[in-house]
Amino acid sequence: MAAHLIYNIEETVAVILFGIGFTMLLLHQNLIKKIMGMNIMDTAVYLFLASKGYIKGRMVPIVVDGITDVSAYINPVPSGLVLTGIVVSVSTTALMLALTIRLYERYHSLDLDEILMRAKKEEKS
Amino acid sequence: MSRRKDNYENSRWLKFKRWVDGETDTLTAERMESAAPEEKIGSGKIRKEAAEAGGKETTEENTDSKAVEMPAVSLSEKRPGDFEPAFRGGRGIRMYNRFYQIMSILLCLSIIFVLLWTIAYLPIFGNAGNPDNNEVSARYIEQGLKETGAVNIVTGMILDYRAFDTFGESCVLFIASCCVLVLLRIDSDSQDERTKKRLEESNDRLFEPKNDIILQKCACVLVPVILVFGIYIVLNGHLSPGGGFSGGAVLGSGLILYLNAFGFEKTEKLFHERIYRRITVCALTFYCLAKSYSFFTGANHLESGIPLGTPGAILSSGLILPLNICVGLVVACTMYAFYTLFRKGGM
Repeated sequence: MAAHLIYNIEETVAVILFGIGFTMLLLHQNLIKKIMGMNIMDTAVYLFLASKGYIKGRMVPIVVDGITDVSAYINPVPSGLVLTGIVVSVSTTALMLALTIRLYERYHSLDLDEILMRAKKEEKS
Repeated sequence: MSRRKDNYENSRWLKFKRWVDGETDTLTAERMESAAPEEKIGSGKIRKEAAEAGGKETTEENTDSKAVEMPAVSLSEKRPGDFEPAFRGGRGIRMYNRFYQIMSILLCLSIIFVLLWTIAYLPIFGNAGNPDNNEVSARYIEQGLKETGAVNIVTGMILDYRAFDTFGESCVLFIASCCVLVLLRIDSDSQDERTKKRLEESNDRLFEPKNDIILQKCACVLVPVILVFGIYIVLNGHLSPGGGFSGGAVLGSGLILYLNAFGFEKTEKLFHERIYRRITVCALTFYCLAKSYSFFTGANHLESGIPLGTPGAILSSGLILPLNICVGLVVACTMYAFYTLFRKGGM
């Protein structure tokens, strides 16, 4: 099992990065740090997809000299998937940051616990 | 009798029951606990008065009520008037936080372990015989150049075979910028107190030099180069690495640099909200029409009727070039809109 993990070192690193991002999401109370954790998770997914598409000793999928043989190029499908992932991650990051700005304007804090406390207090009064 | 009731009010069972019922959560429980002893002091005093009036059994009850009183005072002393330590302190909360941290680390470690276990059974990295290198990618590579005319196979894939997917992505970007606009926009027409305050707060360049000479000279050199490079990436999307998304991001960053160097007044001559709206809507509508007409022709194939041209020439591969330009415009506008909205809440 350990030897296989070393053969798949890219995927292993991607999974560990994913775990680090998830831990940041759970442990940090600061909203900006939570968003950073989310971005680390996104990056881990890109790394995983890109490493799935790679084939040793082959070129990027841009046709050179009219060669259209399968054995010359790497797999183009994961590249397209990574593109989709990047776009979605940019959109969600912008949306989360905008929400954070509004929360900060309202409660003057980035700490999630404190924001929740003040929201509860406002609800009661 | 009243003593039993006091105990019940601070007992774990009642807190647990309230927490389960959703009346309170663990964060506000600390406040409840600190609020309850004050009542207890009051009730103790009343009891003391009653005992003084009562007579004989006073001594016993007095000591009892003092014993109850003492921890109450120490508890309320421990809680300063400040808001911040009120929920940070408290043994229950600290224990809960510790428990939460340990459990979340354990959860993450178990997730990592399960995923690593899965990876140990995945096929080896970079092997040509892996199951994901199947007939789909073989078809894209072998027939892509002939069918789409794009030298860059990835561009041919995402803008011809999977053009609807890319249309969805541009719409996601557009909708995200709309949501950010809804959240952050400052309506300068309605001049009430809060709007004025937000406008004042968002004016972040009060203490900066308005005309930074170094930044302006650098921008004079860099902005044209960046914009030309972005246009090059967009136009060569079907010939070389790049395409609408990356080129659009480069264009947007060039616009942002121009805005930072020369301020909002000069940039608004070149690019403002109405132009943003027109460009985005026109690009998305053109994309939609260019690809959705195939629903009316039986939805079998997405042939445009435009000749594919010689592969490698810039005017080749049919609809891919206009679609790339559309995507690039949408992305550039969205990047610029994000920046201005985060900066001052308007364009």
